Amino acid sequence: MEITYLKAINEALHEEMRRDENVFVMGEDVAELGGAFKVTEGLLDAFGPERVIDTPIAEALIVGAGVGAAMLGMRPVLEMQFGDFISCAFDQIVNTAATLRYRHGGLASCPIVIRAPSGAGVHGALFHSQNPEAWFTRVPGLKVVAPATPYDAKGMLKAAIRDDNPVVYFEHKRLYRSVKEDVPTGDFTVPLGVAQVRRSGDDLSIVTYGGTLHQALEAANIAEREDGISVEVLDLRTLLPLDREAILAAARKTGKVLVVHEDRLTGGIGGEIAAIIGEHAFEYLDAPVRRLAMLDTHNAFSPPLEEFILPNTAKIVAAVRDLWAY
Amino acid sequence: MPEREVPTFPADGGARIEYELQLYYWIRLIRAFEERVSHLHRQNKILGGVYSGAGQEAIVTGVCAPLREGDFLAPLHRDLGVFLVRGVEPGRLMAQLMGKETGLSRGKDNFLHGGELSRGIFGPTSMLGSSLPVCVGAALKFKMKRDPNVAVAFFGEGAASRGDVHEAMNFAGVHKLPVLFVCENNRFAFSTPIEKQMAVEDLAVRATGYGFSGYVCAGNDLLAVLNLTQRLVNRIRNGGGPELIEFKTYRFRGHSEHDPATYRDQDELIEWESRDPIPLYELYLEKRGHDLARVREQVDARVRNTIQEAVDYAEHSPFPEPHEALEDLYAPSAQTDAAEERRAARGARG
Ligand SMILES: Cc1ncc(C[n+]2csc(CCOP(=O)(O)OP(=O)(O)O)c2C)c(N)n1
Repeated sequence: MEITYLKAINEALHEEMRRDENVFVMGEDVAELGGAFKVTEGLLDAFGPERVIDTPIAEALIVGAGVGAAMLGMRPVLEMQFGDFISCAFDQIVNTAATLRYRHGGLASCPIVIRAPSGAGVHGALFHSQNPEAWFTRVPGLKVVAPATPYDAKGMLKAAIRDDNPVVYFEHKRLYRSVKEDVPTGDFTVPLGVAQVRRSGDDLSIVTYGGTLHQALEAANIAEREDGISVEVLDLRTLLPLDREAILAAARKTGKVLVVHEDRLTGGIGGEIAAIIGEHAFEYLDAPVRRLAMLDTHNAFSPPLEEFILPNTAKIVAAVRDLWAY
Repeated sequence: MPEREVPTFPADGGARIEYELQLYYWIRLIRAFEERVSHLHRQNKILGGVYSGAGQEAIVTGVCAPLREGDFLAPLHRDLGVFLVRGVEPGRLMAQLMGKETGLSRGKDNFLHGGELSRGIFGPTSMLGSSLPVCVGAALKFKMKRDPNVAVAFFGEGAASRGDVHEAMNFAGVHKLPVLFVCENNRFAFSTPIEKQMAVEDLAVRATGYGFSGYVCAGNDLLAVLNLTQRLVNRIRNGGGPELIEFKTYRFRGHSEHDPATYRDQDELIEWESRDPIPLYELYLEKRGHDLARVREQVDARVRNTIQEAVDYAEHSPFPEPHEALEDLYAPSAQTDAAEERRAARGARG
């Protein structure tokens, strides 16, 4: 059945809560309201207030309490109302959750999922537009995912809930209602840590994830149609751990790699990808690895500013042409 | 510490009448300004999140009126009125909301995040509660430098659940800092009712745990707000340490423009709408012998003109230039300028 990205997440929550009574949902306005974006709609009716908990505005509590329950066998799915507010829970994520197993001699696990609606392009300005993934992609013990399609959104959320590690799950707000796809009704998961080739090509590879995947696919079509450039598009899907083999395969295949992300350039995952390629596929390269990302500034509000700092289809096309001509 | 002079509600006839009318103008201006903002939001002339403070105007008016130049305020996301009462030009405020170059943040951020330090207004981030430690820091400066000023931290009862709020109040209590904590308890944090946020009836009781006093006050009654604030600000200014006021109130509209607020009980809404701060204050004006019909007529016209001028100014203001998105990240300094020059020189050499 064709469903939206938002509906896919909602279905995954319903199905996992039905499958495992230890799964519960906690966050601000998640129960009666069904969440600020309606992602948790219907859960209260289906599972009751003991498993669908409206919390006070207290992100550190949401994650910290999630860790406590998870250590004792529960599987909480914790919502940040906006991904930006994950900063308020930073300590509980990077210190308490990420190190739990390590400092308990491998005998404790922390099966929490932190859902964080992220991303710009919705006039959210400085504090409702951020892509905070890179704050977490350097923290061992965490997994960080950013699905871009309804199928992956559903399958990866299910996999994340069943995973015994803390998973930070970024869902791009712009995709909620704008992307639809046929998603099978039966139970399925999408493994974490595995990238996927979305479009096959021979001349150049785009490596991307999340919100910019759809722009990259559009750009690839334009470059093919207008310039005859055959572009491969690799969707990372998981940012920690990275699928290094898939990244290296893309680099070896075409010799020219453009990394695109909506997170900021400096310190973004693109730098890590360029380094992996530089270290392990240097001899295959026909050009330096290029990065197109949000400019190194804050998520400016005024439309001309936001337009200027964010990647978009036209900018990706231009970067593809540029790299192709190298 | 010496007793300091405080502006109090003027006792004498002429000055009092003027003050009463000024309060009326403010409370009406805030209501009307926000109504216009909603309208502009529906027309897509204002983008992004807009949070109406309708129903809560008496709090911002009554708390700001007794404050002075040099006092420091951290408004919450519904406190557009703070900007108006503190004298920020309405046109610049409107330009701020429209993301224009002439706005307080020059297009960088939306709604109330652009502060106006020349009027003592800190532009809060969206991270609820995080402005309280900042406010306490301002109060710390006042104490260190013996400044006769007060810092005022506005926050919702929802924000009060965050750890930052506890940290701020505790420190303010320990150091007896000149800070007034103003809780606008409107019974809901987005869709979450008060019972799911705290297990006590009055948030004000928390003050005891930090070593200062907490007060509960009717937030829709402008005179009650004003009188209590005046008394406490006076005490704080004279070295009495922090105080907390919890104003009981209600928001008339949804959480944001997108929220129909169907989670609220209609009876409750009607009860609170019957405690609308504007007619309540009009009743006072009448009792004081003002010719209400005439006052209304004059204020209507003044409010209408002010808002129209603000909208015109904002609409005719340009958007910022795209590259400005990269400006204002760092303070200009001799060091960064020198670094720029070196980079330019390197670039020139190739
Ligand atoms: C740290 C943080 N978490 C969540 C939000 C999202 N949010 C914005 S306003 C709001 C409700 C605020 O309630 P309250 O503090 O009582 O103020 P009110 O909106 O009722 O005036 C929420 C949950 C936020 N802005 N910051």
